[in-house]
Amino acid sequence: MIDLSLLPDSGVSWLDASGQHADIVLSTRIRLARNVEGFAFGARARDGERLRILAHVRDAIHASSGLQQAVLVRVDELPPSDRLLLHERHLVSKELAGLDPQHPVRSGAAVFLGDKLGVMVNEEDHLRLQSLRSGFSLSEAYAAVEGVDAELGMRIPLAFHREFGFLTSCPTNTGTGMRASVLIHLPGLVLTREIGKVLASLQQMGLTYRGLYGEGSEVVGNFFQISNQTTLGRSETDLLDHLDHVVKKVIENEEKARRVLLRDAGYVIEDKLWRAYGTLRYARSLTFDEAMNYLSGVRLAVGLKLISGLGVYTLNKLLIFSQSAHLAYAEGRPLSESEANLARARYVRQVLADEVGM
Amino acid sequence: MLCDVCGERDAVVKVTQVGEHGKTLVQMCERCAADRNIETTVSLSKNPLGEFLLDLQKETSPSTADTARCNFCNATLRDFRATGRLGCSRCYTAFEPSLRDLLRRVHGSSKHLGRRYESPEIAMTEEQTELHELRERLRRAIEAEQFELAAELRDRIKVMGEV
Repeated sequence: MIDLSLLPDSGVSWLDASGQHADIVLSTRIRLARNVEGFAFGARARDGERLRILAHVRDAIHASSGLQQAVLVRVDELPPSDRLLLHERHLVSKELAGLDPQHPVRSGAAVFLGDKLGVMVNEEDHLRLQSLRSGFSLSEAYAAVEGVDAELGMRIPLAFHREFGFLTSCPTNTGTGMRASVLIHLPGLVLTREIGKVLASLQQMGLTYRGLYGEGSEVVGNFFQISNQTTLGRSETDLLDHLDHVVKKVIENEEKARRVLLRDAGYVIEDKLWRAYGTLRYARSLTFDEAMNYLSGVRLAVGLKLISGLGVYTLNKLLIFSQSAHLAYAEGRPLSESEANLARARYVRQVLADEVGM
Repeated sequence: MLCDVCGERDAVVKVTQVGEHGKTLVQMCERCAADRNIETTVSLSKNPLGEFLLDLQKETSPSTADTARCNFCNATLRDFRATGRLGCSRCYTAFEPSLRDLLRRVHGSSKHLGRRYESPEIAMTEEQTELHELRERLRRAIEAEQFELAAELRDRIKVMGEV
């Protein structure tokens, strides 16, 4: 079993609730898609090519200042449970982890993990550089990933076209290759039924949204990932400024919706949120979706200052560590679905009791 | 090509009608086709790029589009339409006109305005670069068991080596 404690920050410092608006924005992530010139892209590359790419990248990363201490994890050599664990921790994509039965893990699939920075190798693109920050901090996240990009680009020839910019496997990433996304919790907008309007307007403004795990994932627990839709025709700074501007508006709207909820339906909301808290404190079995929904309620209650003594960091930790592969990791053995539900309820009860007292 | 029925919109479907005077070919736009319960292929697209790709298919005549092939990774425009993924960076040059059009539709522009990039200076002459590329293609051809192509590439490498 993989030892996650060997990672520079165990891969979870982005949960520490330190950034701006940390109760509403869980994290900010920026990824850059890059390809090495002279090799076929991920899906078309042969095994030997992928291994050569990995060797090139390893040399360049060890020579770089930003990722010198990064730990190399050969994803292709891990059992499925460990690959799922990395995915649940948001350190590798579903594609790199080979979790889709139709697209098994590719040889040469690997990830370099540094402090709040990572580089996936042999995903759909040869390189996926990503920077992960707690709370809402687009410029900080970009500065970190830009530095690594510049350093790697000096050592590895990257595929770049004068007109089209950085070339990627999928044309929806061509140009800057940048996807900046903000993981945001919007229960107020969901409960006031304003969310549809907000999501529709995002799309009109060239942005898009996804669920907790990115592309193709469903929205659970009122968590949305808002990101730029286009990658070409605007500079990185422009794209980031635009996203920053829109997300700030969404945060304002969410705060407004919360005030409206309290004003117009105070006791109904209060009752609903305390029930969510009560369930998490005392339930003996919890499915993942249930846990997510109740955690969403408790997070809202903490944001509204209805519940005190409970930190946002604890809630963030619960989101990640109550997932199936994490529970199995903690127990040191594979768990069936019903065993996982029991373990989840036990874990949540324990964390809440430790934090708030019995 | 305009729709034969309304004469306003672009035709997307060809319908062969068999009547008293033999066969006639009618080209229709999506709306006129829908009015007559004729299904156009647009609704069949499954992947998110599907519609764009189908548009591409309509615009480029099959004879040129389907034979266009990237000489580095051997991918064709047809492969791209099936998977929504390009084979390598050279595909962007091999399918440049179609891709420029696609990028404009997806992003509203095909002009990169972000960070510029200069490849690191690799001390290779133009000849060395070409030789390197030919060797790379030879390796791929052998792996793909395209022996005719491999033989041709080997000959070219040999000639260059002699020069």
